[in-house]
Amino acid sequence: MENIDRIKDPILSIKDLSIAYNKGAKYAVKDVNVEVKKNAITAIMGPSGCGKSTLLRAINRMHELYPSIETKGNIFLHDEDIMKMSTIQLRRKIGMVFQRPNPFPTMSIYDNVIAGYKLNGIRISKSERDNIVEQSLRNVALWDEVKDSLFKKGTFLSGGQQQRLCIARALAFQPEVILLDEPTSALDPIATSRVEDLLVELKKKYTIVLVTHNMSQAARISDYSMFMYLGDLVEYGKTKMMFTNPRDSKTEEYLTGKFG
Amino acid sequence: MNAQAIQAPTISTSNIDSRKLKNKAFRILVIVLSALTISPIALILGKLIVKGIRQINLDFFYQNAPNTLEAMTAISNGEIIPGGIANGITGTIFLVILASLMAIPIGIIIGIFLYENQEKRYANLIRNLSDILQGVPSIVLGLIAYLWVVKNITNGFSALAGSVALAIMMLPLIIRATEETMKMIPGTLKEAGLALGVPYYKVILRVLIPSGFSGLSTGILLSISRVLGETAPLMLTTLGSPVINWDVSAPTSAVPLLIWEFYNDPNMVDLIWSSSLFLMGFVLTLNIISKRISAKRKVI
Repeated sequence: MENIDRIKDPILSIKDLSIAYNKGAKYAVKDVNVEVKKNAITAIMGPSGCGKSTLLRAINRMHELYPSIETKGNIFLHDEDIMKMSTIQLRRKIGMVFQRPNPFPTMSIYDNVIAGYKLNGIRISKSERDNIVEQSLRNVALWDEVKDSLFKKGTFLSGGQQQRLCIARALAFQPEVILLDEPTSALDPIATSRVEDLLVELKKKYTIVLVTHNMSQAARISDYSMFMYLGDLVEYGKTKMMFTNPRDSKTEEYLTGKFG
Repeated sequence: MNAQAIQAPTISTSNIDSRKLKNKAFRILVIVLSALTISPIALILGKLIVKGIRQINLDFFYQNAPNTLEAMTAISNGEIIPGGIANGITGTIFLVILASLMAIPIGIIIGIFLYENQEKRYANLIRNLSDILQGVPSIVLGLIAYLWVVKNITNGFSALAGSVALAIMMLPLIIRATEETMKMIPGTLKEAGLALGVPYYKVILRVLIPSGFSGLSTGILLSISRVLGETAPLMLTTLGSPVINWDVSAPTSAVPLLIWEFYNDPNMVDLIWSSSLFLMGFVLTLNIISKRISAKRKVI
C-alpha cells in the first residue's frame, strides 16, 4: 500500500493492525497502517465483507464483543495505546453511531441525550444537564424540532431524527473522535442529506471516521478516503485524488462500478 | 434478454359451487371445534359461580375459616356458613411474596446468563436441567422442601418451607421467560450502551432489563399464577393454620389448602365452591393483567 499524503500530527494512528474473528481463522483486517487527520472526515469504503466495519469497531474496541476475536498490532489515540486503556475511558473519548438508529426505548429524548452520564452514574447539576442536552441537540440541528417534546420517548421520532438523536447522545460526552458505521443506510434521501450536512458541520469540532457503502456520499463529504478489499487497505489518500486519479487498479474498478 | 410471455394456466370454474360448499363446511367445523375448546372453561366458571357466589360476601374476605361446629349450626338453622377464608388469602399472598423474593432474582440472573452464553455447553446443560425441573412433580418438590427446610431449618412446618417449594416451581418458568425476552431485545441496544462507555453490568441492569420489562413481568405473573393453586407441596411443608400468620417459621394456611380441608369436612361443602371461585378469579385476573402489560408496555 502506498501512502503519499503523509498526515501531520494525526489524532489516530493504526499500526500493523490485524484482526481475525477466530484464532487461526482468516484475517478480516490485514496489516493495516493508517493515520487519521484531526478535524476531518475520513471515509472507509469497500465491498461487503472487506473488513471496513471491523476496522472501525476496533478503533473503540467494540469488536471485542466477539469473545473469540484475535487482535494484533496497535492503535494510538494521540500517543496513548488504546489497547492498554480501559474500554470505559476509551469509549468516552471515541464515540460511536450505528447503522440503525438505536435510541434507548425506555428513555425520553432528554434522557437519551444524557444517557452516557446517567448510566455511568456521573452526577452533574440540573443546569449543567440542561445545558449539555440543549448544546448536543443544537449540534445535531434537532433542538428546534424537539424542544417542546423533550420528555417524550425517543422512539416516537422519525428514523432520521432518531439517528440525529443518537449522534447527539454520542456528542454529549464531548468525545474527540466519532465513529459512524453506515449511519445513513437506513434513512431516506432527505434525512440522509441532513445527516451529511451535519457531519460536515461537526468536523469543525470533532474528528469523524465513517464507514459507507455509498461512494457518492464518500465523495461528497469526506476529506480522506480508505479503500479496503478482502481485509487489505488497498488505497488511502485525499478523497479528491482517489476519486479523480486512483493509484490502484482495484480501486478504479470499484469506483467505476465494475465490482462491489 | 428476450422476455417470453408466460402462459396463464386456464382455471376451470365449473366446480365453483362445490368449492363454496366445502368452504362453508370447513368454516362450520372450525367454529364447532373452537366452541368445544372453550366450553370446559365456560362450564367450570359457570358451575363455580352458581355454587359459590352465595357464600361470597365481605366476611368471606375478612374472617378466618369457621370450625365445623359453627358451620353445622348455621346449616341446621338454614343460614349460610359464617366466616371466610382470610387466613387462606393472606397465607397465599405471603407464600407467593416469599417465593417471588427467592425465585425472581435467581431466575432473572440465570436467564441472562443463558442468553449471554447461548452456544456454550454448560449453558445448554443448565437450560436442559431447568426444563427437567419444570417436569418434576410438585409433590416431590414438597418432599424435598420438607427434608431441607422443615427438618433442618425451621424444625417444624413453616411458611418458609412452602415458599421454597413454590420458588423451585417458579424458577424454570422465569428462567425461560427471561432468556426469551432477552433474545427479542435488539443487540444494537446493548452496543449503544457499551459504546457510551457504560460498564457491562450497568448495561444489563439499566438498559436491557428495563427494555424487556413487559416480557419479564409477563413471565413472572404467569409463574405466580402457576403456583397459586399448588396444594400437594404445601400439605407437606406449610401444613395449614386456622389463623392469619405472618411468621416465616410458623405453619401458614393457603387457599388451596383450605379447599382441601373443606372437602374433608361434610359441613363445609359450600365453602369449597366459593374458595375455588375466588382462586379461579385470582388466577384469571393475574393472567389478564399480564396480557395487558405485555400489550401496553411493549417497547421492542
